[in-house]
Amino acid sequence: MSATAPTATKSMLTLPGDAVRQILWRFADRFDLQMLVQSTRGVARGTVARLVAAGERNTHEWTPGKNDMLKAFDQAGVTAAFMEPEEGGFIAGPKNLALSLAAFELAWVDGGAATASLAGFLALAPIHERGTPEQKQHYMSLSAPAAPGEDREPWRGAFALTEPIPYVGVDTGMLSGKVRVAEWKDGEEPIIEVDKRGRFITNMGFANFVTAAVGSDDERIKGTCMVILEIGDPGTFDRGTPTKKLVHQLSSTCDPVFNLKVPASRIIGGYTVKDGVIVPNCNHGDVIEAVFRRTRVPVGIMSAAKLLSAIEPVIRYHRQRFRGAEGAKPGSLRYEQGIQQREDALHRLVDVWAAGEAASSLGFETARLFDALDPLEKQKFEIMKERGVNGGRAEMKALKESAEKALELLAMKEDDPRRAELEADPLVQFVILDAEANVLCPATKLWNTGHGANMLREAVSLMGGYGITEDCPGYLANKWMDAQLEATYEGPEAVQRRQMTVTMTNEVFLAIFRNWIREMRSIASSKPGTGACTLASAMTLWLWSLNHLQNATDPTGGKLYHGQRQGVTFALADALSWLVASRSQILDVLALEKNGPNDPVVAEDLEATVLFLSDLCYSQAALAAGEASRICAELVFGYNRHPSWDEEEHRNCFLASEIDELEETMPGIGAIALDVLGNDGSHPLKAGPCAGCAGSEEFLRLQNKLTMCLTGSRLAKDRAAETIGKVMIPEALDYPA
Amino acid sequence: MANALQIVVCAGIVPDPLQTLEPVTNPTGPGIKNEMVLPAVLDPWAASALYEAANLATKNPGSKLWLVSLGPKAKLQQVMMTVAQKVAFELVPVDGPLGGFPDAHSTAAALASAIEAIPGIDKTKVLLFGGWESASRGAGVTLQLVGEKLGIVDQFQGVDQIDVRDDGSFEVLERVEGGRHQVSVCAGAPAVLGWATGSLAEPRNNPQIGMANMRTIMPALQKAKAVTLDANGLSYVSAKLPSQQRETRVVKDMTPDAIAAELVEWIVAE
Repeated sequence: MSATAPTATKSMLTLPGDAVRQILWRFADRFDLQMLVQSTRGVARGTVARLVAAGERNTHEWTPGKNDMLKAFDQAGVTAAFMEPEEGGFIAGPKNLALSLAAFELAWVDGGAATASLAGFLALAPIHERGTPEQKQHYMSLSAPAAPGEDREPWRGAFALTEPIPYVGVDTGMLSGKVRVAEWKDGEEPIIEVDKRGRFITNMGFANFVTAAVGSDDERIKGTCMVILEIGDPGTFDRGTPTKKLVHQLSSTCDPVFNLKVPASRIIGGYTVKDGVIVPNCNHGDVIEAVFRRTRVPVGIMSAAKLLSAIEPVIRYHRQRFRGAEGAKPGSLRYEQGIQQREDALHRLVDVWAAGEAASSLGFETARLFDALDPLEKQKFEIMKERGVNGGRAEMKALKESAEKALELLAMKEDDPRRAELEADPLVQFVILDAEANVLCPATKLWNTGHGANMLREAVSLMGGYGITEDCPGYLANKWMDAQLEATYEGPEAVQRRQMTVTMTNEVFLAIFRNWIREMRSIASSKPGTGACTLASAMTLWLWSLNHLQNATDPTGGKLYHGQRQGVTFALADALSWLVASRSQILDVLALEKNGPNDPVVAEDLEATVLFLSDLCYSQAALAAGEASRICAELVFGYNRHPSWDEEEHRNCFLASEIDELEETMPGIGAIALDVLGNDGSHPLKAGPCAGCAGSEEFLRLQNKLTMCLTGSRLAKDRAAETIGKVMIPEALDYPA
Repeated sequence: MANALQIVVCAGIVPDPLQTLEPVTNPTGPGIKNEMVLPAVLDPWAASALYEAANLATKNPGSKLWLVSLGPKAKLQQVMMTVAQKVAFELVPVDGPLGGFPDAHSTAAALASAIEAIPGIDKTKVLLFGGWESASRGAGVTLQLVGEKLGIVDQFQGVDQIDVRDDGSFEVLERVEGGRHQVSVCAGAPAVLGWATGSLAEPRNNPQIGMANMRTIMPALQKAKAVTLDANGLSYVSAKLPSQQRETRVVKDMTPDAIAAELVEWIVAE
């Protein structure tokens, strides 16, 4: 026997396994989700990994091999994960967490595979969210994999919104795709003609149907809508040229052209005829808002998965780097630890790991939030229908009272007698969760993919030259490049920042945010090693800065917090994203600490695992705090004009001769006088007299406090690094590279 | 239904073979370092037995299939999230210790006792399946002992195939030396079959099957009987992993025959 088992240790023994993840991401009680994870993992580390290893990413065409991947999705239940049990699925209820977990598993190996899976759901999502009961039943059933004994191929869908230049992007309210009435006989259903050109449309290489966004080009049709197009419809259904993507090549992307005549019943959500005009029940904006709010979360989770997938290959590479070399004899430090002898390698991997944990925590928290929000949204929809409230503005007005109640609830003491009443009000609950989701969703998409891409570059760099070869275990270079697409599709970073500009100033969200600060302080008092105090200080600084900037102006009197002033608003959105990710990470570790003892597998190494993950939290909180501090300081001070050495502005400076005189009565004043002009009018070599901080003293106090709150964070990083140097990893990666 | 079978598969759980497996001495005896926290899988040989059993049950309508497994129930539950998606079965969990080092007699007694307690089981009609080998220590006798304790004396080892005939008798192919099979015909159940690899591929995961299985698996896990396994005086002097040797040469100009000849020469020399 080679060793004696340690009886007690503070160092995490192995990489966190499924049991730990299930508690962290709160699906330990969901067997349907645990099985989905296992079955999706089987496809990812089997079929998908073999496709990547065989070079299927080297072609833009849709190949038989890539098609086999779709069949593997069907057989493993991945396709059916989106369906209700009565439609051929196996997961009842909201599916945001389910789809996020599936995306996580697929992206662990290849982002394109995850995209191919998600794009099918994206095509169905408009029908699922806003379709008529007939549309839902028809298309969900067609898209469900064949049941045992059935002989049919499931239908595949594509979602067509993005159009060729100049209408590129999903933030636009303008559509070049048009719909007009082709034929409308008395007493019969109208036939509409859809004319649409798409760009970068995923799944287009094989889709049987398309959900396309179009605008009216006919006075007999009102506004915009989404229409379902099928491959057999009369007219042109041209899949178009495959896009020459450098990334995500396991998903099919084309620029299709459609000119098709279809019955008006294909308008998603149906229509009503009013005064001889077809009025779609849902405009395209309503539909895509409902869809993207949910589908953007799994995209953020894809980047998170890739970060965590990089840990094991990097550790193995670092440990084995020198083995076989003349100077690395077995048993020597160089042989056993390889590059892990160097603090820098360990510290950089701590950063990658911490970012992966934070991104996963944020993404899964948001997915769970949408699972909670979905039934409330349906309730709200029904209540509004009963009240005869229709349309965005009318609904906002109707929800105003609920928003006030929500603010009351959020500020309420635990034992307030009205608490139960307000908590039972579905509209109040909806307003609260909606406000939270409206920030966390874009934050997930923005931060996970944006910062994720940066950290994936770091992971690649940790593999040296190997990192940018096809042979790199874990396909890290692919994952790095793929992350750029994840940051771009389904609403690029600017769109997410723009959304946050609006949603992060919602009073309900800000009330939630203030509660989060209190929550972090409370956690900090009992769990000081998590970085919660650091984070609370950073959150306080951000909130102060937001309030300040909402009222501040620049030297010309221009408002600083303004929709068009993206230098301010977008930067604050970036800072907030760092903070919410860090918060989610801390909450997950607390959940593990609380629930871990119930699982004997987790309990075995719980203390050390919690300690390590807490150290990652602390390290990440320090990074987030630093980022928020930098951004806020730049915004609070950066829009003040710097004083110059002109006559007007330096007249308050001391002259050297004055200082000499004062020195006689106040010895030492010369040492503290900053801006002293020479008797000949010369001035110190700098841009101008130092700027004052009038009006910003509170900011400096908060920032100073924040700086001191970083105390201990590097010690946490050292501990985490030490664990990474010791943790046991498998002998080999469990998928081919 | 003349051939409605009662098939019981005994299958343990073992650490995922990709993990680093390092023998250590625990206070209770030998073990694998960090075994409790390492990901586990169904023992691969026993898994082959399970897939063959499920195939046999499908071919013989009305058959029942039970999977009897001894291990910490939290680990069993994790493993079931994958195994339960492969084929339909009822789980009979026995909440016991992990690892390949407990005494085979004690383990066999616990398994036999669990099998006897299965409601509706008829020991005279049981086909008892298991692995011929194990990815853990592999005492090599546990399945035989379970059979003996259940009074099943017709036993076959290294099984690769079973063909059940209409009259309930069956033909069994057992591995023998030289890459050949010994063919036996047995008059019928009960019998013990220790499977080699069989001939079936691992079924794909199917969450629909998993969800159906879970209806019985979760209640069974909750009610799993806890057992302690007596050492019966068993002690280990040492435990170590089989030695590994790796000699890699890159050769591009040899024929397959020449490579094979060199391999044979090397193996014989070893």
